[in-house]
Amino acid sequence: MRGLWKTPVLWVAVLFGALLVDMRALRPVFFFAFPGVQPEIFDRAGFIELFISHLGLVAASGVAAILVGVSLAVFVTRAAGRDFRTIANLLATIGQTFPPAAVLALAVPALGFGWQPTIVALFLYGLLPILENAIAGLDGVPEALREAGRGMGLSPWQMLRDVELPLAAPVILAGIRVSVTIGIGTATIGSTVGALTFGTPIFDGLAGNKLPYVLQGAVLVALFAIVTDLLFALLARRLQPPG
Amino acid sequence: MIEIEGVSKVYDSRPIVRELTLSVPKGALCVLLGPSGCGKSTTLRMINRLVPFDSGAIRVGGEDVLRVAPEALRRRIGYAIQSTGLFPHWRVEDNIATVPRLLGWPVERVRDRVTELLTLLRLDPDTYRGKYPHQLSGGEQQRVGVARALAADPDVLLMDEPFAAVDPITRDALQGELARIHQAAGKTIVFVTHDIEEALRLATVIAIMERGQLAQVGTPLDIVERPASDFVRGFVGVQGIGLKLLSVCRVAERMRPGEAADGEAVPADATLADALAAMIARRTDRLPVADASGTRVGVIALADLVR
Repeated sequence: MRGLWKTPVLWVAVLFGALLVDMRALRPVFFFAFPGVQPEIFDRAGFIELFISHLGLVAASGVAAILVGVSLAVFVTRAAGRDFRTIANLLATIGQTFPPAAVLALAVPALGFGWQPTIVALFLYGLLPILENAIAGLDGVPEALREAGRGMGLSPWQMLRDVELPLAAPVILAGIRVSVTIGIGTATIGSTVGALTFGTPIFDGLAGNKLPYVLQGAVLVALFAIVTDLLFALLARRLQPPG
Repeated sequence: MIEIEGVSKVYDSRPIVRELTLSVPKGALCVLLGPSGCGKSTTLRMINRLVPFDSGAIRVGGEDVLRVAPEALRRRIGYAIQSTGLFPHWRVEDNIATVPRLLGWPVERVRDRVTELLTLLRLDPDTYRGKYPHQLSGGEQQRVGVARALAADPDVLLMDEPFAAVDPITRDALQGELARIHQAAGKTIVFVTHDIEEALRLATVIAIMERGQLAQVGTPLDIVERPASDFVRGFVGVQGIGLKLLSVCRVAERMRPGEAADGEAVPADATLADALAAMIARRTDRLPVADASGTRVGVIALADLVR
């Protein structure tokens, strides 16, 4: 990746990594932001440990949402699945409009405390943008291309793999980008049911009236989301079809 | 080569093609001609099973198309459409190589075939093979579309208004290329158009369709001189009939061999309409005629056109 240093992604990632390793670097900011408050550093768990757990939750729910969302989009854009399109969209919309906090509250009795209910909530919350974009992307493949592909003897599977998915890829990726970036922020509420995330210092800080904890968690979540978004931007540029 | 026997197709209880029977001999260029909605495009698409037919039978090369898997059938039949349908994310080379690659040709053979086809369509292989479709003009895209249809060297070519969306000058050039390729390669071609001029220029056989049935089948000259019905007469066009007659006859058929005249020669395979146009442009009533090699073989005079 030549020219990586020119993009902001590297610098934001370096800052993010540095703060993960040593949060004390932010002390001057705390002094400035909260004069008179002792700038304590969150220490119930290591920040790297929080990051790995947070990343794992977002990745697991993200991969599940991508697999289900894209598969569902492929299904409802085939002749056989066309009738299910409205239902699929409706379910995904319900998933997104249902507040993740409520999903957590409902999922805990069934799944217990910890990472499991968090993944379920993130999955449901992240499904809609992926499904909607994947449907739009597949719908956007011009009819003439399907006609020509079929006319030349491409099988439905070859058509999907070689023509439809590559052409829809930029739009699908845009949906994944939105879903994952929002998911990084939303994952913090997993800490209310015992999952380890950057939300842990935030909620500990709120409960214990320790504002520096809140700021530490918030800064790391924001940097994590920004780095991820910038990485998606790089990927999107590579996936852009010629023309 | 292609036998369509009593084929019917109904869409939403509306008959599109009704009991159609048509035989296209090997090496023919059969133009399906008719107004929008007459079923010509549906008929074409039934041949490679893009549209399933309700009754009747279609045979290609003696084989019932229903006995062949649709994908295998389509890989044996070239297919070109109006909007070209070139894959925008593939280079020209990959687009042309679509069917050969589906058929599992070795890399070397595919590469050579692409070079051969680009040359045949008068596109410089080194310049064009690496380009993407959006970098080509409409006419160049259509040339690539034709090259792609020819890629696996199919015996049969189906073309659905392939030149309808390009400008008149480019269309004229493309029609010339198609006529040349048809004569050279001896393919059996079924060509759909609503453009009578295009049909008269290209066809060896014209099948005029009216509301899902054949109104007349015949050579271009038959159709113009002896229209079978008012519909055909109306479609061919009453007013321009004299000029259309000129455009279905070749200079070679009317010229005076052995005579000589001054000026730039017209080719022997030009139409009488071309010769008349040249006479008007040059304000003369006699033109020398040259054969394919450029040798002067005779003279065509104004009086010969009206014989």
